[in-house]
Amino acid sequence: MGEQPYTIVIGLEVHVQLLTESKLFCGCSTKFGAPPNTQTCPVCIGMPGVLPVMNRRAVELAIKTGIALNCEIARFSKWDRKNYYYPDLPKGYQISQYDLPICRGGYLDLPDQDGSEARRIGIIRVHLEEDAGKSMHDEKAGRADSRIDLNRAGTPLLEIVTRPDIRSPSEAKTFLTELKLLLNYLEVSDCNMQEGSLRVDANINLHIPTDNGRHVATPIVEVKNMNSFRAVERALTYEAQRQYEAFLETGHRLGDVPKQTRGWDEDAQITRPQRSKEESSDYRYFPEPDLVPVTVSDAELEALQKTLGELPAQIRRRLQATYQLNAYDSDVIVNQGRAFVDYFCQLADASGDGKMAANWIQQDVLRTLNERQWTIAQFPIAAAELAILLRRVKSGELDTAKGRLVFAHMVDHRATVDDAIQALGIVQVDETELRQLCAELVANNPRVVAEVKSGKDKAIGSLVGQAKKRNPNVNPARVKEICLELIQQEGS
Amino acid sequence: MLLSQLTASDLLKQLQEKKIKAAELVSDALHQVDQCDRSVGAFLRVNRDSALAQAEEIDRRRARGEKLGKLAGLPVAVKDNLCTRGQPTTCASRMLERFVPPYDATVIARLKAADAIILGKTNLDEFAMGGSTETSALGRTRNPWDLNRIPGGSSGGAAACVAARMVPLSVGTDTGGSIRQPAALCGVTGLKPTYGRVSRFGLVAFASSLDQIGPLAQTAEDCALLLEVLAGHDPKDATSIDRPVPAYSETIREPLKGLRIGWVREHLGEGVSPDVAAAIEEAIKVFESFGAEVHEVELPHARYAVATYYIIACSEASSNLARYDGVHYGYRTDEKTMLADLAEERRSLQQAGKTDALDDLDSALVRMYRKTRAEGFGAEVKRRIMLGTYALSAGYYDAYYLKALKVRRLIRQDYDEAFRNVHLIVGPVTPTPAFGIGEKINDPLAMYLFDLFTVGTNLAGLPAISVPCGFSRDGMPIGLHLQAPPLEEERLLRAAYMFQQATDWHQRRPPLLDRQMAAS
Repeated sequence: MGEQPYTIVIGLEVHVQLLTESKLFCGCSTKFGAPPNTQTCPVCIGMPGVLPVMNRRAVELAIKTGIALNCEIARFSKWDRKNYYYPDLPKGYQISQYDLPICRGGYLDLPDQDGSEARRIGIIRVHLEEDAGKSMHDEKAGRADSRIDLNRAGTPLLEIVTRPDIRSPSEAKTFLTELKLLLNYLEVSDCNMQEGSLRVDANINLHIPTDNGRHVATPIVEVKNMNSFRAVERALTYEAQRQYEAFLETGHRLGDVPKQTRGWDEDAQITRPQRSKEESSDYRYFPEPDLVPVTVSDAELEALQKTLGELPAQIRRRLQATYQLNAYDSDVIVNQGRAFVDYFCQLADASGDGKMAANWIQQDVLRTLNERQWTIAQFPIAAAELAILLRRVKSGELDTAKGRLVFAHMVDHRATVDDAIQALGIVQVDETELRQLCAELVANNPRVVAEVKSGKDKAIGSLVGQAKKRNPNVNPARVKEICLELIQQEGS
Repeated sequence: MLLSQLTASDLLKQLQEKKIKAAELVSDALHQVDQCDRSVGAFLRVNRDSALAQAEEIDRRRARGEKLGKLAGLPVAVKDNLCTRGQPTTCASRMLERFVPPYDATVIARLKAADAIILGKTNLDEFAMGGSTETSALGRTRNPWDLNRIPGGSSGGAAACVAARMVPLSVGTDTGGSIRQPAALCGVTGLKPTYGRVSRFGLVAFASSLDQIGPLAQTAEDCALLLEVLAGHDPKDATSIDRPVPAYSETIREPLKGLRIGWVREHLGEGVSPDVAAAIEEAIKVFESFGAEVHEVELPHARYAVATYYIIACSEASSNLARYDGVHYGYRTDEKTMLADLAEERRSLQQAGKTDALDDLDSALVRMYRKTRAEGFGAEVKRRIMLGTYALSAGYYDAYYLKALKVRRLIRQDYDEAFRNVHLIVGPVTPTPAFGIGEKINDPLAMYLFDLFTVGTNLAGLPAISVPCGFSRDGMPIGLHLQAPPLEEERLLRAAYMFQQATDWHQRRPPLLDRQMAAS
């Protein structure tokens, strides 16, 4: 970054499947993974004479997204037909929104990256449309049959189009990550790229500075077939470099050649030119006569606004302000979702130490969740109980190592702190008793004391070792502290 | 011969009073189909056995004193672009010749719930695209008044089967006049309801913003009876109107007082045959005899209606018919032949070294689309798909489709303005009576211009009715067109009823039937 002799200009088109129970224009289920063509009806397979009926829930989710992306919500929008032939498009047209999308003009702020200034990515429009089916091409020797699964046909999709504000492949990834997080918080989409519930295409070109202080733009290329956020980053990195080299070689500028579509080849890690679906794409959009326009009332907008809840950017700011977390820590917590944030806040409030709560929740709680494939809802220790453990560790009643043992026991046995301590045979050593023990050790080990006094702090370990031998329940850190204190008091 | 003498309302009464049985009525209808449908060709399919079985079941239920539906025991014919579950619904097209929908259109479900007996599916212009039923790929329908003439269209079969007294009630569809025009040409009564009054669910779409389903019968009273069953809100159709359905068959006898009717100068001017103009003028006098005031009204944009209609209807059709691509259902070209042809073409191009042409050669998928649609659709359907595709294309959209939408709004405003002064607009349904079979089939423009008086109603979404109002010198029926403001079906029916109380045009029977009677 900063080294390359050009500016990268990227705009994204993101399609996300909405988390509605049923499809956009019929009652069929939208669940992923059912056997082919079992979630279909005459409407979504486009049989003669059937009519679409709009799923209002999809409109609501689109509006929620629009509000969260700071868009203007259209009080009047309409449906249009986008006409093209493809075997997985049973009606020969897709019902979409053309000139009056449900949301227009917004932005998404990217979370602060360490050191760099905050970045705002403009959103041109957000509109609703129906998904097509899936074609599966079976090209085994001797047969070239294609099979079509229409389970997905008619699933509601939200298309989100950004301004060309993205300036690097890693920023594209950051944008997608933040968008996914936002849509997860809104419960609009699960944005699972593996299941195809989030798909992204990118438009990319370069601005290459010229001697006269201006720049030339390279031809815009649409990059498709990127199957993960990492693939997006890699594909765009590759494509930027390819465009630069192509420019040096051909000198082609924007407008010199028709817009090209290239597909990311994950195996070869390169982009390749794709044959376009139709030679020229004249989609012959016109208003869908089978549906009435969508109107949104003030009351509906207000009601939806209220369902938004606190969004990731707000939560990050709150965690940083309330619990003094840094950007990294607040990010990790927010990325885990709303329930996890709630758990953290309860833990931080009850333990009285946000930073400590953040450490425990990231190291111990998260690791446990990952290992056991749990969600925070399945985690067996209530935040209030975990807070008790944290307070004991903080006060020195338990050292960190013992605290971890207690934690593990609590997880395994769904035990309280006290029960775990008891079960593990950890006996609390009384402070007076501990001081007495330390005093004895200091008195009985003049050689060690002398070494410590001469600056060899490590020698104190021998006293800690002896203390543990005499009473395995002592807190080694505390023994060390007390012994050092006593030695210092002895004077030189 | 119950059917040749009695209207649906009479028959229903006799059924209810147990004077006749549904089974007799259906047998009578089937007999009449046997007698004259070989020459008329109104039906594409007749549900002989199931109709009889259903009629017997209704008779048993009636005997047991069970509560029956509003149309219990009456045979009804249904246009073959209305989906009937488990039974072919062809749209008179090769494309859907073997298509069997797994669902009923809402109107079919309503008919079944009313215990009507669906006697069969009637012929139409392919996908309802035409005005003569000549574009049907599956059969020829003839006008019962003169077998050498067209019955009108696209609901040609729907009108002809009522005219030939094969059924008392028939369901048609009207996109630009397709109920009213064949009703006029066959001498029966046909009503196109307000857009949204009847659910379109299960009507195979031609032009979604114009299509409406409606009744055809001998009389306005019978149309009221059937409309009462067809109409009503349907959650499966987002464009259906959520308003209660008036009791049309009860209010129809209430005379309209202080009626003001409007007429349009152009509707009785150039291009309108003298016989038609004379019949309409006579009809207006009938209304005057009821005390109606007659005013001239203007529909200044009416002359753009045909052009506007064909742009909008074809644009929507080009998209609506895209689904017939051979992939999921319906006709598909023979794959073996297609692939062999493609391989042969590739081979010969390779041998000739024509690499450019080789690059342009269709993929198997594209060739399948091309051949399926080339073979599955008839000429008129292709013409309209091409017109519509052109009108919606980049660079032409603003000049055609968008302009047409603007003119459509002006046409609607013309009607709003006219209806400030009058309750109904009267005029002819067609400029001439039925023309001869084959007469206009090679002149699409002449065929389109025949829709001149009916398409405006569809563009404005209004209700309108066609009522028999006379005959030409050579004995062909003439239809009176009554148009009303949105949701004023009741007004239309009452006006038509008054007219039919004072005239007997609707009671005239095609000579075919008298010859038949004499022969039997």
